[in-house]
Amino acid sequence: MEWHRRHVLGLSDFHPEEMEFVIDTARSMEEVLTRDIKKVPALRGKTVVNLFFEASTRTRTSFEMAGKRLSADVVNFSSGTSSVTKGETLLDTARNIEAMKPNILVVRHSASGAALFLSRHVSCSIVNAGDGANEHPSQGLLDLYTILKVKGKVAGLKIAIVGDILHSRVVRSDLHSLGRMGAKLWLCGPATLVPREMERTGAVVTSDIREAVRGADVIIMLRIQLERQKTSYFPSLREYSQRFGLNRDVFSLAKDDAVIMHPGPINRGVELSDELADCERSLVLRQVESGVAVRMALLYLLAGGSHVAH
Amino acid sequence: MLLIKGGRVIDPASGRDETGHLVLKDGKVREFLGGEAPARFEGTVVSAEGMWVVPGLIDMHVHLRDPGYEWKEDILSGTRAAAAGGFTSVVCMANTNPVNDSPEVTRYIMEKARREGCANVFPVAAVTRGLEGKEMADFSELAEAGAVAFSDDGKPVENSLLFRRAMEYVRPFGYRILSHAEDSVLAGGGAAHEGWTARKLGIPGIPSAAEEVAIARDILIARQTRGKLHIQHISTRMGVDLLRMARRAGLDVTGETAPQYFTLTDAALEGYDTNAKMNPPLRGEDDRMAILEGILDGTIDAIACDHAPHEAYVKRCEFAAAANGIIGLQTSLPLSLSLLAEGKIGPGRIVELLSAGPARILRLQGKGSLAAGADADVTIIDPEAEWEFRPEEVLSRSKNSPFLGWKMRGRAAATICGGRVRHAAIAGVTADA
Repeated sequence: MEWHRRHVLGLSDFHPEEMEFVIDTARSMEEVLTRDIKKVPALRGKTVVNLFFEASTRTRTSFEMAGKRLSADVVNFSSGTSSVTKGETLLDTARNIEAMKPNILVVRHSASGAALFLSRHVSCSIVNAGDGANEHPSQGLLDLYTILKVKGKVAGLKIAIVGDILHSRVVRSDLHSLGRMGAKLWLCGPATLVPREMERTGAVVTSDIREAVRGADVIIMLRIQLERQKTSYFPSLREYSQRFGLNRDVFSLAKDDAVIMHPGPINRGVELSDELADCERSLVLRQVESGVAVRMALLYLLAGGSHVAH
Repeated sequence: MLLIKGGRVIDPASGRDETGHLVLKDGKVREFLGGEAPARFEGTVVSAEGMWVVPGLIDMHVHLRDPGYEWKEDILSGTRAAAAGGFTSVVCMANTNPVNDSPEVTRYIMEKARREGCANVFPVAAVTRGLEGKEMADFSELAEAGAVAFSDDGKPVENSLLFRRAMEYVRPFGYRILSHAEDSVLAGGGAAHEGWTARKLGIPGIPSAAEEVAIARDILIARQTRGKLHIQHISTRMGVDLLRMARRAGLDVTGETAPQYFTLTDAALEGYDTNAKMNPPLRGEDDRMAILEGILDGTIDAIACDHAPHEAYVKRCEFAAAANGIIGLQTSLPLSLSLLAEGKIGPGRIVELLSAGPARILRLQGKGSLAAGADADVTIIDPEAEWEFRPEEVLSRSKNSPFLGWKMRGRAAATICGGRVRHAAIAGVTADA
């Protein structure tokens, strides 16, 4: 298959074959990661800038690691506050970085649509590393990849995603990656955080975690952002954890070989009980592993690699 | 002296819809002539054959940004756009800088408009000082200076007690309060209509209830106080229903909508188009249908475009950070004329919505009618003209419109304000200097 994309902004327009292609490439990349010297020269002389307007350690580190393993020069630009409050517009910031001639901008921003917006105004490639509540395509692909590794397929699996669906960009990418591959998706959480309109995606929407987990093959728990409690989306973390947390009791309703995933960082004892977070069915660290490989694949493909580097 | 010859004269205020000739003299309508046009006429003759001759259009909701934001728009550029769009009068909101909460600002606007404007400008003054929602503005002084109504448009008067007091206080004086109906707490920092599109795009939603709750409150306060109320930019089905209910209850409550709310839906936000970002937001298809029904059955009294110019860079940014609002003066008429396509209303109703209605709501003397003695404000409409709304056509200082590139049908062939031709697209007619 030929790769024609200049940007990876979201998975909403990714065909299944295209996702499979990225994952095939990621598989080869993962092989590199098993070597003693975990570095290939594929992106030598290319520059990747991590342009992060929102706090993030793991995604930024993962992209940084991915770039470095491909021998790219990786530069991190972080801004805790949004560019607007500093007086510089997002576009001005991006154009300043662009003037330094990077090949790829990896962008994270709190506003939905920010990566798409930049892609219309700059000439380098853009990878969306999370834009508001819109998409987080590399997460959607790494979730798909992780499930494929363990289950061998996605079609026909019951996958429950539990937590703050409303504000989650992970969900919006997973709906494309997992949904388009034929998973039966269930979205679960407090009614204030699971919009009814999400039924339009074909997913089943519920506020009953037992119903969502019953017979599930995969359970993806989302981080509940602690500040949501302050804006009263639910009464308390205590109630949240009782109603929507995954513990041994609820997990026993799932299939015998069910697995647990979480995009991290985990609030132990809130959405996921301490023991489940570390149990042998938790794929949390496998997701992190897959993440580096998937991001290597995306950077590699965007930088013009068409065949797999060995 | 000016003779408009051979057009279809449509004037619902005097019950006229017939082909004939209109004579304007000394800034007033002198007479309507049926039959053959006068063979000899001392003055300018404008041929309007195949066109409609209607009372000058009035947009009762615009932001001219002057004083204070003249880079977005000023009185000259805004009234030029108005004239090009067929409007002889515009009613401008108070959220300028300084806010129009003092007679000095009101007079500044009126004097500047008189000096350099291409259309009549009627200022609306603030309900509360500084639009802060805390203390009432000095209504009488403002009205004396020329304010035609009061509104904190841009934001609601959040405090129900203060709103009640304002409605009650001005009632004996006959002033109308125009309400930007929004429960901003309920709107919760949203940036788009709470519906499928916002959910899909991950944009925080503004529920319809944020408008409906506020309209209901305002109507109930109008009932309590027997005051005169006008609901601005209605965008929801229940908003129209509430207005209909208020009318049936015999309350003096009027309402307007904007062309964008019966033309577009939130689907226009796909791709995070910041030119489709406004407040109230573009709603769903069911709301759009309800707005159309409200126009057809007479519930909605006026179409006003909520002309809100913004410089390019405050729209050229991520969606959440983009400013609200669109320009509309040059597209309001053709978009309104598209309502005729369904065949359920005739041109007379369009003229009511765009001229007679606003004149009645705001009691603008001599406006909204072509009866003898009315002001010589006349719009000549070519209902068949096909044209494209291109960026070069925009006369505003700002070009923030979701309708750029649209093919339009119908436009103002000439706009005559106080007997002076302010815009002309008819062969042989030139605008007065």
